[in-house]
Parts: sequence; C-alpha cells; structure tokens
Amino acid sequence: MGYRKPAVLMSATLILVSIISLAILKLNVGIDFTGGSVIEVGYQQSVELQPIRNALETSGFGDAIVQHFGSAKEVLIRLVPKVDQDKAELSSQIIAVLNEASDVRIDVRRVDFVGPQVGEELTEDGGLAVLYALIAILIYVSLRFEFRFSLGAVAALIHDVVITLGIFSVLQLDFDLSVLAAILAVIGYSLNDTIVVFDRVRENFRKIRKKTAQEITNISINQTISRTLKTSLTTLLVLLSLFLLGGEVIHSFALALIIGVIVGTYSSIYVATTSVLALGITRSDLLIPEKEDEDPRP
Amino acid sequence: MVNQYAAWKYILLFLIILTGLIYAAPNLYGEDPAVQISHRVNLIDEAELARISDLLNSEGVEYRSIDLETGFLLIRFDSGDQQLKAVTQIREILDNIDNRYGVALNLAPATPEWLTGINALPMYLGLDLRGGVHFLMEVDMDSAIEKSLERVAGEIRIFMRGEKIRYKSVQVNGEKISTRFNSVAARDAARLKLEEEYRNFLFEDTTDGRSWFVELSLNANALQAEKKSAIEQNISTLKNRVNELGVAEPVIQRQGDDRVVVQLPGVQDTVRAKEILGATATLEFRLVHGSFNDWNTAAASGKAPLGAKLYQRSDKSPVLLKRGVIVTGDQIVGAASGIDTRSGTPNVTITMNAKGADRMSKITRDNIGKPMAVVFIEDKFEYREIDGETRRFKTTDTQVINVATIRDQLSKRFEITGLDSTREARDLALLLRAGALRAPMLIVEERTVGPSLGQENIDKGFISVVVGFIAVLIFMAFYYKVFGLVANLALSLNLVLMIAVLSLLQATLTLPGIAGIVLTVGMAVDANVLIFERIREELRIGNSPQASIYAGYEKAFGTIADANITTLIAALVLFGFGTGPIQGFAITLSIGIVTSMFTAIFGTRAVINLIYGRKTVSRLAI
Repeated sequence: MGYRKPAVLMSATLILVSIISLAILKLNVGIDFTGGSVIEVGYQQSVELQPIRNALETSGFGDAIVQHFGSAKEVLIRLVPKVDQDKAELSSQIIAVLNEASDVRIDVRRVDFVGPQVGEELTEDGGLAVLYALIAILIYVSLRFEFRFSLGAVAALIHDVVITLGIFSVLQLDFDLSVLAAILAVIGYSLNDTIVVFDRVRENFRKIRKKTAQEITNISINQTISRTLKTSLTTLLVLLSLFLLGGEVIHSFALALIIGVIVGTYSSIYVATTSVLALGITRSDLLIPEKEDEDPRP
Repeated sequence: MVNQYAAWKYILLFLIILTGLIYAAPNLYGEDPAVQISHRVNLIDEAELARISDLLNSEGVEYRSIDLETGFLLIRFDSGDQQLKAVTQIREILDNIDNRYGVALNLAPATPEWLTGINALPMYLGLDLRGGVHFLMEVDMDSAIEKSLERVAGEIRIFMRGEKIRYKSVQVNGEKISTRFNSVAARDAARLKLEEEYRNFLFEDTTDGRSWFVELSLNANALQAEKKSAIEQNISTLKNRVNELGVAEPVIQRQGDDRVVVQLPGVQDTVRAKEILGATATLEFRLVHGSFNDWNTAAASGKAPLGAKLYQRSDKSPVLLKRGVIVTGDQIVGAASGIDTRSGTPNVTITMNAKGADRMSKITRDNIGKPMAVVFIEDKFEYREIDGETRRFKTTDTQVINVATIRDQLSKRFEITGLDSTREARDLALLLRAGALRAPMLIVEERTVGPSLGQENIDKGFISVVVGFIAVLIFMAFYYKVFGLVANLALSLNLVLMIAVLSLLQATLTLPGIAGIVLTVGMAVDANVLIFERIREELRIGNSPQASIYAGYEKAFGTIADANITTLIAALVLFGFGTGPIQGFAITLSIGIVTSMFTAIFGTRAVINLIYGRKTVSRLAI
C-alpha cells in the first residue's frame, strides 16, 4: 500500500480518460442496442469484398458495411438502421442479392435483426440490470460488513466498469449484448476479489490492536495478495483460451472479461481499501456488536 | 481436530458423484439425424406405425430404425445425407395417402433407454449452438382492437335497426365507436337501449352542433380481455403455421403483454419461415355494388356512395363493393391449392365452417346472377421518423383478386381463382388452413444461426473449455502439489456436476452459457486457493500440519461464503433482469457457484482427510 498515492493518481487519470472518451468517441455499439441488421455468410473459397459491395450498391444497399469476419471465406454485412429500412425482410433481400452475385450457393451463417424499439429496450434493461446488481451488492455488503465497506466495494465496481467501458471506447471495440454480459461478470468477479480482501481487513481489525487502520489494511492486503494474483491468473488462463479458441462470436466477450479481470484485480487491491480508509473506518466500526446478541429482534 | 469425516459424509459424497455421473452421461452419446412424423389431427398409434413402416420398406427408403414416441413417429438415420434423401421420399409417400401428415427434420438424442428411463437427458442446446431461427414478434394491438370494434359496430347497426332506432351512421374512430343521430332526443333514447345491451362499454355524449353522437369505448377490463384473447389467438395461429412448416420441437411462447417468442430449431429456409409466420394475408367475400359506371365516378371523385366501399382490382381498375361482408377468412376451416381444370390457372378450394357456410349459401341463393368479389387483404408495416422518434405505420394492401357472377347457390365448399402463381396459391391455402392472425404481427427481433455456424460454435466452445480446464489443472498441480491434485479432482467433479445439473434442469445451453462454464472453471479454484493459502500461512506461523489443515478450512470458509454469496446475488440479479444471452450466462454462473462451493470445500476436505487424517504427519505437500 506504499503505492497508494500513485495508485489514486493512476485510477483518477484512467477514469478521466474513460469518461472523456465515452463522451466524445462514445461506445461502438452494435445493432443489439441501435437496431439494424447483421448478416454473416460463408463462401466455399476466399472471396473479394469489392464485387459484393458493388452488387449491394446496385441493389440499393449502398450504405451496407461489408467486411471479412474471421477468415476470407466469411463475410459480414452490417446495415446501419435507416428509417423505412428496419424490416425483417431486409436480410432476405440481401441474401437474395448475394446469391445472385455468387456462382455457388452461399451459406447463411447468421442473421441478426433487432428492431429499433427492441434495441432501446435492451439498452434500458442492460443498464437497469447493472444498476440493480450494484444496489443488491450494496445492501448485502452493508449487512455483512459495514456501510463504508459497501461504498468501497461499489466504488471499486464503478471504477472497473467505467475503465472497461473506457478501454472499449478508446479502442472502438464492438460493444454488443455479450460484452454487456461480460461487464456484469466483471462486476461479480471484482466483487469476489474485493470481499476476500475486506474479509481479511475485518479479521485483522478485530485481531491486531496496536496498529493504525492504514497499517492494518496494508497487512491484510499483503496477506491476501498471493491469493488474489493466483486466482486472477487461473481466471486469465481460461479467458485467454476462450479469447484465442472460442471463435469470432465470443471474441469481444472474452476481451471485455480479460480487461475487466485485470482492472478488477487492481481495483480490489488499491481502490476498494483506499476508499474505505478515505471514508475513515476505525476499529470500533468492526468490533463484533455484542449488544445485538443480548437484544434479540422482535 | 482429528481431520476426519464421518462415514455418512463419504456416503453422501459418493452418492452425489454417482448421481452427477449418471445425469451427465447422456451428453456423451451425441445425436442421430432423424425425421419426425406427426399427424395434424390424430395421434399416431401402433397400427399406423406398422402401416407406415411397411410403406417405407416397400418404397425402398433407407433408415436405421423407426419408433413410436408419444403420438408421433421417430425415424433415425445413420447419416445426415441419408436423412435428407429420405425426408423428400417420405414427404412424397405420405402426401399421396393423406396431406395432413407433418414431416419434420430433427436431431434425436442417441441416449440409451436405461438413461432416458430415469429422465437423464442431454443438455438442451440453444439455437446459437444447434442452428435455427429465433423471432420476437409483436402483436399490433391497435389494429386488433380496431378490428373487434368494427365487428361490434356491425352488430350495433343490426341492433338499432331491430330496435327501430333511427341513426345516421355508425363508425369506428380509433378506439371508439361513434354513432351519429339527428336529434338529442333520438341520441338519448338510443343511448339508453345501447347501455343496456353493451355493458362492456363506456358511453360518452358529444355534439358538433349539427349532429349528436354517442361514443362507445371498451372499458379497462374488456380492453384487457380483448388484448389477451388477441394474443392467444395469434399464438394458436402461429402454432398451426409452424406445424404446416414442419418443424420439430418449436417453441412458441408469450412474452410480456404483446409479444410472442418463436424459436424454430434447425430451420434452414428462414426467408420462407419469415413470410409464413408474419403473413397477414386473408380473404373476404363481398357483394359488388352498382355498375361499371358507378365505379368510375366513385374512383374519379374518390367518394364511395353510402353503404359501399371503393376497392382496386389487380389491374388497378376501380370497383365498388358492399360494406357488409359475406364471410371473412376466419370462417374458413380448410383450404387446398390446385389447378383449375377449366382455365388451367392456380386455384384454392375452400371449405367453410357451419356458420360461414350457412351465410354463404343464404346470400348466394338470394343473389344469383349478381357479381361477388374475393378480396385479398394483407397488412404491411413501415417505419417513419417523426420528431426524432421512430414510429410504425401500418398500410393495408387490399386487392380484389376476382369478381365473378354467382351462378349457383354456394355452400360449404367452393373454389376461387385469380391468383398469380402456384406458389401464391399454395401459401394462401396454407395461411387459410392455419387460420388468420387476429391482428397483424411484426418481427421486432430476429436471430438466425445457420447449422454450420452452430456446429462451429459447439466445437469452439468445447475446445476452449478443455484447453482452459487443462491449463488450470497444470497450474494447480504445479503450485500446490498433492493439495493441487486434490483441488483438480474437485474441479473435475465440479464440471461433471455442472453438466449434470444443466441436463437435469434442461436449461438451455447457449454460447454465453459455455463462457459461463469456462469462467466458473477459472473462479472455482479460488475457493481452494483461499484454503490452501490459509493452510500455508498457518504452517508458516509454526502450527502443526493437522492443526493447519483444520484452521485453514475453518478460517477460509467465511471468506469463501461471503465472496460466493455476493457473486451469486449478482448472477441472480442478472438472471432476473437480463434477457437472452445474459440469462444464459447467468444461469451457468449461478449453478457453477453452488457446485464449486460444494466440491471445493466439502469435496477436497473429504479427500484431504483420507490422505492426511488420523495419522501423524510431519510435513504437507502444499
């Protein structure tokens, strides 16, 4: 914890950069949230994109984004939502155009269509899910520890979410529904880490009498750091496997988790306890409340 | 502090392992390509099984086995090629004897009988893994209400004529039926009678100075009931249509107030599926009003005379039809497409229900020699942006496809012509057979995964679980030696238990779900890392190995419980508020948290006690 000041500085900078980036560059949100269509098709062999673009252009789909996906045999076509174009039949038309432009029959691998209303709802539901999760955590940690700990935990979680979102914004990575799920998983993971540290802090507060609050948190972090790093390492091992072998569809999901786990590990060491210390926790806050035992609730 | 578990704990652990292994086992057997045969009306029985299998054998259809399931037949094949070849043959053979058979491609679990007998089934794969279509469809409630108000308005006209009430007009305006009168007295008298008859409605008097109106609108209860029945009827129609398409194991479920989820596993031709599901095409039969000259004058002025409505024919020429409908599409119970023998054009032979047939025969009897029109109605949607908000607009495409002179009294069965193509005739027959949608539906979300991508997702998901799992095993063995190996046992058991629970619950496994499993593998070791680090700490401060094991488990327990319960809360919240992929992820994560707590604490302790318990140990391999 000797690095508290640089840590605060680093976190503050990262959060600031994230917020600025989120405000200016925004997130590169996918059709899950904006509405629109994505069509993934597979060809027998490698295929050039230009003829496909031309074919779409002549059929009136000039604004379609055409790109390779995974390999040169797969092509992804993205249609930005446009008024009077948000129809489910749109993908059927595109597939017809592609079939006509190709000598061999193409393999339709994936079609995602999200209506504008549904997109709005998914955004809202996703945001609400994060919010409710945070509130539920706040309540549970307050009950099990102390109010300042739950603020510390939530501060760490917000820190993780904002920075992960910030990295997605700065690098303009695709943000879809699965990335949102990953963000929520990061909340769960980072929380797990934070609680382990808090648990030790509480234990030491009750056990060690002659040290300051700051010294006690230092000791606690040092005692748990080996575990924190090992768990993060094993989690990162499987996430790397998911990232490298899980396929295109799961790519952003795995990446979001990798970023989140790294940020989450850092935050549970530095951010969560620093926040609790800053809120002025003392030993007396954590002594086992004996009175409550004598005075059973009605 | 003897680090010893009672015998019952080992028995419990053993039973749980055994149950886990049995219920995870079905996932090892894979699936057979299959064809499912059902009948639209009857349940298929033993006798029919014998008949159909004889038929298939005599026609030389190759298959592996044919079995009777509850109400349908399941034919298994050795390969997908064999299956695809056979399905066309089977369709042809069965169509010749009875066109009410449904033949659908399917993948049947190859689980042996002794497992299916105890309800041990493989995990239920989501559409992103097995391939198929997912639609979220929204019922246009406004038009459902409007349609039923139109019906009531018709009833009100008849009612008021019956009661000898003089009215000027009855019209539907949005959510209200507006009845117009010449005087206050006439209006008030009518209102009294109407209030008595139409108890589900709210009444309101208005006037524009020249005429007096009573406006009827459905009360809250009736409105709710109307919406409920609209969505229920739409669901039953969708079910019929899906059956017509021949899909095995479709899911058709209501979601919220006005939406329906439709999942069609294994459907390849999504374009046709979309057309058929969303189609609102229906027919109406109306008498023609006036003469050729009247039609042209009406078209020129854009105004239809009283009691008539202006329509367009297929060639865009105008025609006037009477307001009163003879019969509508929902009175049609049967429809078959074919070719008209006289003209050689496609036709549809229609069978009416009793009520429809009755009306049809009465009206045609009274109108022999007069022309009757067949109206083809289809609703279409488009989006327009208004004040920054995207709104949906409905346009109804109404076309008179046929005007013919009534030569005879028609009754239950008759045929219509005037269709453009055999495909149109076939689709129209299918739609009429399946029943009309009470209100138009719009696809608001579509997720289609082709079969090749589905298989790829399974393969990649599987490989990433295996590689991640092995990496963690190596890491743990390397770091914690004997204890690490014990943790690895627990980790393997955790994976088995997760798969067993997922199979037992028949929860849908999706790609994000697999990601949840992978993540749980990474996080499941956390409990063991916590315990082992504690044991190391205890050893470091000079405690005996036995005491250290004991203290390590005791002290770590609270931490593990706290950490996992908070994560579980987050996972449950995700499950409750999330949708689709988020839920899939949340469910595996939740199951994983519970099973990993069991295996990492109880499971490892049992093994550690077996190794180190009840003896003097000088040092631990940790």
